[in-house]
Amino acid sequence: MKAPRATSTGTTIVGCIYDGGLVLGADTRATEGPIVADKNCEKIHYLAPNMYCCGAGTAADTEFTTALISSNLELHRLSTGRDARVVTAMTMLKQMLFKYQGHIGAALVLGGYDVNGPQLYTIAPHGSTDKLPYVTMGSGSMAAMAIFESRWKKGMTREQAVELVKDAIESGVFNDLGSGSNVDVCVITKSKVDYLRNYRKPNEREPKEQSYKFKRGTTAVLTTEITSLVDIETEPSNAGASEGRA
Amino acid sequence: MLSAAGPTHAGPVRIPMEHGFSPYTDNGGTTLAIAGDDYVIVAGDTRQSEGYSINTRYCPKVFKLDNNCVLATGGMAADGQNLVRRLKQSIEQYHHVHAKTMSPSALAQLLSVVLYGKRHFPYFVWNTLGGLDADGSGWVYSYDPVGNVEKRKWACAGSAGHLIMPFLDAKIGHHHQSQIDAKTEGKPGSVPFDTAMKYTKDAFTSATERDIYTGDLLEIFVIRKSGVTVEQIPLKRD
Repeated sequence: MKAPRATSTGTTIVGCIYDGGLVLGADTRATEGPIVADKNCEKIHYLAPNMYCCGAGTAADTEFTTALISSNLELHRLSTGRDARVVTAMTMLKQMLFKYQGHIGAALVLGGYDVNGPQLYTIAPHGSTDKLPYVTMGSGSMAAMAIFESRWKKGMTREQAVELVKDAIESGVFNDLGSGSNVDVCVITKSKVDYLRNYRKPNEREPKEQSYKFKRGTTAVLTTEITSLVDIETEPSNAGASEGRA
Repeated sequence: MLSAAGPTHAGPVRIPMEHGFSPYTDNGGTTLAIAGDDYVIVAGDTRQSEGYSINTRYCPKVFKLDNNCVLATGGMAADGQNLVRRLKQSIEQYHHVHAKTMSPSALAQLLSVVLYGKRHFPYFVWNTLGGLDADGSGWVYSYDPVGNVEKRKWACAGSAGHLIMPFLDAKIGHHHQSQIDAKTEGKPGSVPFDTAMKYTKDAFTSATERDIYTGDLLEIFVIRKSGVTVEQIPLKRD
């Protein structure tokens, strides 16, 4: 017997630094083999008030790793009394993934803003990391990277960065079968996070040709039977009869 | 894909090098056919894919044959195209030899024989053939890759075939349903043309929602006594 297959988020996730902040992006399709399991799932996870993390790979693994690290970062923040740094989150994630030797199938794009400004990392399932100004991951990473490599430039504005990230995700959505549906964007700046859920919806379904509601009575009634759930006993009208039996 | 295994041990014995060759690929896509009293609808999407990549958004897998029949091929695109080429040659030769067009039933049998002829190296194709019989009523023949045929009133195959089949069984076969409106929904196995067209479009837009290998464009062929017409409908491209 084959082992159960986990839901994989065949995915396009990206990140891009600009002057004064960074932008994270993700598509919203979750797949189970060739079937679309969720048409509008969330792949940009909360880590800390100044940090978010996109997840690709096994859905449960990205969900639970980010939740666990998020929890530990909260404790870290309470203990130190200041915002956690992005390197700290990155180190916690990579040490956990390395410990599990790749068996936790989480491929992450980590973005955050701390005392050192905006930072962007990728973390592969085995624990290796990269620190870059623009990154892509998931099955649509090549389609998205093609957009970054042709159009990314130093010193972009926020609007330019959001536009580039949106186009990178849409490139994955249309050219990679593992990615699809909508574009989620998250902009992180010094003191503010703008989570733009469903920033673009380029794949809305057109109305169907007709309704497929079944008419009442479509299922034939073959037999009808009514069973009483209580026995109804009537008191004998003749008091003498019960006396006689006793 | 070719792969070579190196020597497994040192010594005077030379182990022959093994070559692995996998000649098949699944190019995805979905096909559907509905036969009525005086028509046949044969439809298919035009996306051709491999793995997570789209090779092309327009590669037809439904073909009009020269004798008022339409063949839908799903599975491996190269095998499908080659099969259609062979069938067209056979239909033309039949025309020259017998001085008449081949009947759909004869073509149905020919296709079965052609497929079985490659029993030990099959065409990796799931065929659906549509045509009108001598009385003018529509029929669909569906095949497995080695030539097993079944004559039906509706069929579907390909990557989203398993998603569409229960829909057709319910809406065309009317299985386990009473109170069917004969005017719009027809009798079991005989749906009015306009309704069948709606079912075809909705089947494909729905399959596109949930099957990653179905999309881009829907090509609908309609066979009537007067000939074959084609309609194209855009599908989602994600």
